[in-house]
Amino acid sequence: MTQEKDLKGYWKKNLQYLSILLSIWFTVSYGFGILLAPWLNNFKMGGFKLGFWFAQQGSIYVFVVLIFIYVYLMNRLDMKFGVNEEDA
Amino acid sequence: MDVQVWTYILVGITFALYIGIAIWSRAGSTSEFYIAEGAVNPLTNGMATAADWMSAASFLSMAGLISFMGYDGTVYLMGWTGGYVLLALLLAPYLRKFGKFTVPDFIGDRYYSNTARTVAVICALIVSFTYVAGQMRGVGLVFSKFLEVDIFWGVIIGMAIVFFYAVLGGMKGITYTQVAQYCVLIFAFMVPAFFISMQLTGSPIPQIGFGSTVTDGSGMYLLDKLDQLHTELGFAEYTSGTKSMQDVFFITVALMVGTAGLPHVIVRFFTVPKVKDARISVGYALIFIAILYTTAPAIAVFARTNLIETVSEQPYEEMPPWFSTWEETALLNWVDKNEDGIINYAPGAAIVGAPDIIRDGLDIRRGANNQVMISNEVTANNNELYVDRDIMVLANPEIAGLPAWVAALVAAGGLAAALSTAAGLLLVISTSVSHDLIKKQFNKDISDKAELRYARIAAAVAVVVAGYFGINPPGFVAQVVAIAFGLAAASFFPAIILGIFYKKMNKQGALAGMIAGLIFTLAYIIFFKIAFPELNIPENWWFGISPEGIGTFGMLINLVVALSVKSFYPDPPEDVQEMVEGIRYPR
Repeated sequence: MTQEKDLKGYWKKNLQYLSILLSIWFTVSYGFGILLAPWLNNFKMGGFKLGFWFAQQGSIYVFVVLIFIYVYLMNRLDMKFGVNEEDA
Repeated sequence: MDVQVWTYILVGITFALYIGIAIWSRAGSTSEFYIAEGAVNPLTNGMATAADWMSAASFLSMAGLISFMGYDGTVYLMGWTGGYVLLALLLAPYLRKFGKFTVPDFIGDRYYSNTARTVAVICALIVSFTYVAGQMRGVGLVFSKFLEVDIFWGVIIGMAIVFFYAVLGGMKGITYTQVAQYCVLIFAFMVPAFFISMQLTGSPIPQIGFGSTVTDGSGMYLLDKLDQLHTELGFAEYTSGTKSMQDVFFITVALMVGTAGLPHVIVRFFTVPKVKDARISVGYALIFIAILYTTAPAIAVFARTNLIETVSEQPYEEMPPWFSTWEETALLNWVDKNEDGIINYAPGAAIVGAPDIIRDGLDIRRGANNQVMISNEVTANNNELYVDRDIMVLANPEIAGLPAWVAALVAAGGLAAALSTAAGLLLVISTSVSHDLIKKQFNKDISDKAELRYARIAAAVAVVVAGYFGINPPGFVAQVVAIAFGLAAASFFPAIILGIFYKKMNKQGALAGMIAGLIFTLAYIIFFKIAFPELNIPENWWFGISPEGIGTFGMLINLVVALSVKSFYPDPPEDVQEMVEGIRYPR
């Protein structure tokens, strides 16, 4: 496999990760927190109406988790395609 | 000891700390001054980013705003955190790999054009100046309220401190002071929150507390109780809000994208050694930010419940002492419209404008119940209570009856939040001038030493200008947030994203897009916020989008214009395409 091909594969995989993670990002914040919030408010978690909880708490926790998943995936990907900086 | 003595002690200690750090971390080269030599530990950078990002508005005003907006406050909570996901995934790692000093650097090199660089510099300057004026004002307010110092002198003291460590230390000094400032501000924010959560719900963790039952023995959930109080008084339910869904959506997008496009935030990720560090550093930053941002909505609920329960339908004579203290600062007022001696709280503004206290000589004129009298025209509705949103955080410790040192801590925290953000912004202003204008456009052969001197002079001038705006805020200072975020969303964000992810985007497309997005957004905001504020009602907005949310539309215009103009012009030169290729891989 040539170097060129390797890099194309890396970038494709990166874009794939991005689209999955950003879909989750969109669904949780704009979906659960805004568009579906009135409907989700029919359900409760403890004292929280669910839509309200996603809007003011849940989405923020999910944002943090998404970034760390991305860091994990990318570090693994860097290793796999040999573009990680340690070897430089 | 009283609050004032405690405040002097705590503010004194924290200021001494900031100055100490500044002396220890003086910058000797432009690389140190601009990006702390790119040698900042990712965790340290995360903490510094959090302080850089969380301004006087996040610390002092946000919880109060949410407290009055209920569900609608979501726009700030999600809007000012969700952008970090975009930063981590779409911007930070690639810009770190690019590895220069500033955002205009990237725009200028990527679009092989000094015109593009200049447009970016102008955007960076407008965004940073509007934003920094608000911070200086915040410093002045904290000083005047807690230390009874004139706002003028408050701003001067704040300027002197920032001047000292920003001009001396540049990014290096700022980074390490910001770490200290983060510790101060987060401690100051959390302590009252723990206490109040414990009092109201029996749970010390505010994030859990505001979803728990209240401790008055009724077994009712706090949020249900607040919804009920709201309904009884004629307000919309706290958990549902009053803004239209599309407006909430658009404002949230504009704030998220704007966050990811703010130059003082982006530049923090130039300071870490590796691409890998840039990615994880955004993650750390968001954790540190999330601690405050998930606590703020809890504080909002606690403060709102406490306020309604303490004042609504209660005789004025039975008000606790803090009520009259804040009345005298004109941030709280009661107009007894029906002359029954009881505070009636209802939707709508109680008076026209902000309270204007009537004085007889030096004495405040008092009414039949000994309340502070004001000269404002009263409105026709039943509401008799005026509450400034900012006092919800400032007065929270007093309202909850917490010890004096907690209130003093809030003052020190507010100062830390305002100073740390101001410093980050001043650095962007100074590098824009010394690096992007002087070095890159006027005098390419300038020595490192001379460039550093210009950077310091620019920082010094910027401090003075910011201070001037802090003392004499332009009438539209409250609107600056909309302007700063709208501009960042409509200009930088699309240009950077296209620059990284669309190799064939050329300079004509990017320039046309930036200018179109910028002009559209500015025009819409200026029209509704400055030129014709009386027309600023939902019926007049395009598609029901308020000026706060219009940056989203500006961003879409930018993208559409960029992509259409692009197709009429040749692809970017080979070396630029290779550069784009290069920033996509860590090595």
